[in-house]
Amino acid sequence: MSLWSRIGNVLRGDRLNREIDDELESHIAEAITQGRDPVEARKAFGSALRHREGSRDVRLVASLESLRADAIFGWRQLVKTKITSAAAILSLALAIGACTSAFRLIDALLLRPLPVANPERLYDLSRQGIGPEGKPQTFDGWAYPDFQLMRAAVKEQAELFAVSYAEPVDLTYKSDGEIEKAYLQYVSGWMFPTLGLRPALGRLFTENDDLKPGGHPYAVLSHDYWAHRFGQDSNVIGRTFRMGNEIYEISGVVEAPFTGTEPGTMVDIFVPTMMNPAVTRKDSTWHRSLAVVKPGAVLEPIAQKLEATSRAFEEERAKGFLGISKEEIDNFLNQKVLLEPAGPGVSELQSETRRPLAVLGVLVGLVLLIACANVANLMTAQASARVREMAVRVSIGGGRWRLIQLVLVQSAWLALLAAAVGGLFAWWSGPFVISMINPPDNPARLVLPTDWRVFGFGLAVALGVTLLFGLAPALRASSVNPVSALKGGNDPHSKRRLMHALIAVQVAFCFLVLFVAGLFVTTFQRLSHQPTGFSTDRLLVLDTVAKDPQPPEFWEQVAEHLRGVQGVETVAMADSPLLGGNGWNNFISVNGAPPSGVLSYMRAVSPGWLEAMKIPLKDGRDFRPADAHPGAALVDETFVKVYFDGVDPVGKTFDLSMDEGLRLRYEIVGLVGDVRYRNLREPILPQLYVPFHSVDDKGVARKKGGGVLLVRTSGLNPRALAAVLRQEVPRARPEFRVSRIRTQLEINQSHTVRERLLATLALFFAIVALLLAGVGLYGVLHYSVLQRRREIGIRIAVGAQSGGIARLVTTDVFAMVLVGAVAGVGLGMLSVRYVEALFYQVKATDLQMLALPSLAILAGAFLAALRPVMQAVRIEPVSMLRAE
Amino acid sequence: MAKADSLQGSMDLLVLKILSRRPGLHGYAIMSAIQDISGEVLRVEEGSLYPALHRMEEDGWIRAEWIRKETGRRARLYELTAAGKRQLGAEESRWQAVTLAVNRVLREA
Repeated sequence: MSLWSRIGNVLRGDRLNREIDDELESHIAEAITQGRDPVEARKAFGSALRHREGSRDVRLVASLESLRADAIFGWRQLVKTKITSAAAILSLALAIGACTSAFRLIDALLLRPLPVANPERLYDLSRQGIGPEGKPQTFDGWAYPDFQLMRAAVKEQAELFAVSYAEPVDLTYKSDGEIEKAYLQYVSGWMFPTLGLRPALGRLFTENDDLKPGGHPYAVLSHDYWAHRFGQDSNVIGRTFRMGNEIYEISGVVEAPFTGTEPGTMVDIFVPTMMNPAVTRKDSTWHRSLAVVKPGAVLEPIAQKLEATSRAFEEERAKGFLGISKEEIDNFLNQKVLLEPAGPGVSELQSETRRPLAVLGVLVGLVLLIACANVANLMTAQASARVREMAVRVSIGGGRWRLIQLVLVQSAWLALLAAAVGGLFAWWSGPFVISMINPPDNPARLVLPTDWRVFGFGLAVALGVTLLFGLAPALRASSVNPVSALKGGNDPHSKRRLMHALIAVQVAFCFLVLFVAGLFVTTFQRLSHQPTGFSTDRLLVLDTVAKDPQPPEFWEQVAEHLRGVQGVETVAMADSPLLGGNGWNNFISVNGAPPSGVLSYMRAVSPGWLEAMKIPLKDGRDFRPADAHPGAALVDETFVKVYFDGVDPVGKTFDLSMDEGLRLRYEIVGLVGDVRYRNLREPILPQLYVPFHSVDDKGVARKKGGGVLLVRTSGLNPRALAAVLRQEVPRARPEFRVSRIRTQLEINQSHTVRERLLATLALFFAIVALLLAGVGLYGVLHYSVLQRRREIGIRIAVGAQSGGIARLVTTDVFAMVLVGAVAGVGLGMLSVRYVEALFYQVKATDLQMLALPSLAILAGAFLAALRPVMQAVRIEPVSMLRAE
Repeated sequence: MAKADSLQGSMDLLVLKILSRRPGLHGYAIMSAIQDISGEVLRVEEGSLYPALHRMEEDGWIRAEWIRKETGRRARLYELTAAGKRQLGAEESRWQAVTLAVNRVLREA
């Protein structure tokens, strides 16, 4: 029989006993058959029980058997106190679940290595220096010619490859009528072999697929896209799609689960970098440069070589810079090249959410500790109720270790049950949180696998938690002194001291969670109520594209057609939506002076745009259909402050300084109110508006390939009109398509996604923390009233007032609450430094920020204390003393 | 054998040897055989036989099976396994070595 059969015998204990007894019995029977006297035979045989124990121990694993007995006993203890156990398990489950869920998210986004051959040797190249606005900045975008030089320079130590910032594009598979969106990434042809990726179908790119600009119209699909768009159809190889003016042929499908190098974006289609129109441009930084260093290569010399190469490239380019100060050029050239580990990929979502997720991780950890303290207190209370049982166990020879095991096994029961419930919670809440990060029209797609990493984490948390809340009560139980315990003279205060200390810890953590949550909620509120200067009311934004660039009168025809659609109030056009994230800018010169150092931000808008956006016209007039760019301009109040010292500028002129010394003259026709340009956090920028219709230097109208149509609807829900408008645009002119429809409100809200996520989750954790701490406080008070009911009974009997009794019961605990709250304030002040960057217009030292959590905790403590105090006051001395 | 443990391992050796000659004995028969063959010199302490048998069974040297005897009573019969045969060989040569050594000490001391 092997170890397995011995382990198996643990579970068949009763049968094993019977078998051994049978055999021993048959021995005696045999002896009697052989003619021996029954009494003598039994006497000679000795104690059957002892022999059975002897045989039993060799036939099963004794330590396992004791574990099994403890597990059963522990389970019975849990069942005996159903409600307390359920409360403990649920609170722990909530905390463990939140922890696992947070880990799942953090792991998927920030920690998990990319599914490639060499993630540990993968680095992202970025430049660190002083930006154009004079602030330190790090940027990882590169121009392709620069990249080519760098790649050649470090060929011996590392392989560089380029990947563009993945973005949604419009493409068509069959008729041009059916535009669809797909995430596309331009990648170096040699990326697939460099990362050790293999095709699931067809062939992937090689170096030879990425040689000539515009010469390689081939595409590789991701496995995920192949599955959900084509149902894994193997005939997909050789199919074509149209993007812009180019027809691409599908050459292969890359093996799962690789979906690009940007966690948060799953790339659908890879095309060679040579197909990007900017591939020959020295001034367009449109791609990341990733490096796989050779095994054993040292990073520092590689970075230096890259820096020297890139600097030489930019120095050459800077010779052509005009109208830019020496200091700015120096800042531009003096940039340090950094190689940063990119094993888990690189994406904007990562850098945007790294700190918020870390903060949430800490909050969730604190909630877990609060829950642990609760369970530890519960276990301590239970252990003290069982002190006599422990004493009996010690006196009849139970080893200390067995007692520790007994209590720990019970903790493990709690933790495992909680982990199971918590696992379910995490499984549900992970995707839920992802859906909260998502802007409605541009979902972050994140692979959220549930594998050994997540499972292992959950198990580790459960184990850690068992030790955390189980060890102290276990050690305490095992050190019981049987004589004094059985006499009932054990010191009851020592247990209460431990419980009180835990209360202080709980309150401190709870305060911290509440405090940070308050700051996040206020930040979200301030930011989302930030005045933007325009109205989002009933406003739809239609991203519109034309098959080929179309003349302005056709654009105007489309707008005019939409004005006739039922339910449309006004229609205007612009090059991009407000707060859309993109922008362009130029230096301005007034009265022929050299350009000032302040950039002015620009937007091209049609007549009627001001009215559609409800931006006030302060002076002058709106654009007229006859106005064109360059020529007429609208400016905002900040622009006037910066360039015209606040003097009314209508009728005055300024020059836009372009490349190569070219200047374009504009006459200011109107003054308009300030609006937010790119995002909600930055200060109001000086802005100028030019007409949507532009003409070239000969006065001929320029054709436009894309723009946005802004539609204010008369119905309250602008979305209701979306489908109709999508159809009406091509009906107005067949060359035009709507590629995307958003409401302006959605665009505005996309700027507060991170803040909303932080505020919502922090608030949730704050409520959970307060609830758990309240339950903990209640438990401890309840226990101490139970323990001291004899004393209280006597005090009442000798005439103590209710107020005195309430004070007696609550003084210690409330002192602990106070200690905890003070510690919490300290912790909050210390920790707030690390999260300050996430706040907006709120200070940690605001009295209100400190007062709110204090009040919440006080109110919670008061509620928790109410019932135990009532119990204490209502103790009937007579019945109490009689019972003793 | 006044005490089973007085000569370490000799109980195993005796049980294995008996079973190698006569497979399919129950505990009582093994005990009787040791006593008979040794001319009542070696007496097995009855109770300690079974833990020893069960230990050897755990170690895989012997295996056991329940049978129903013609009297209607159940009995557990033991026999040697291949591992048990090897173990017996090892135990025998060890025993020989020990007795040889002890004899030499008695002779030459």
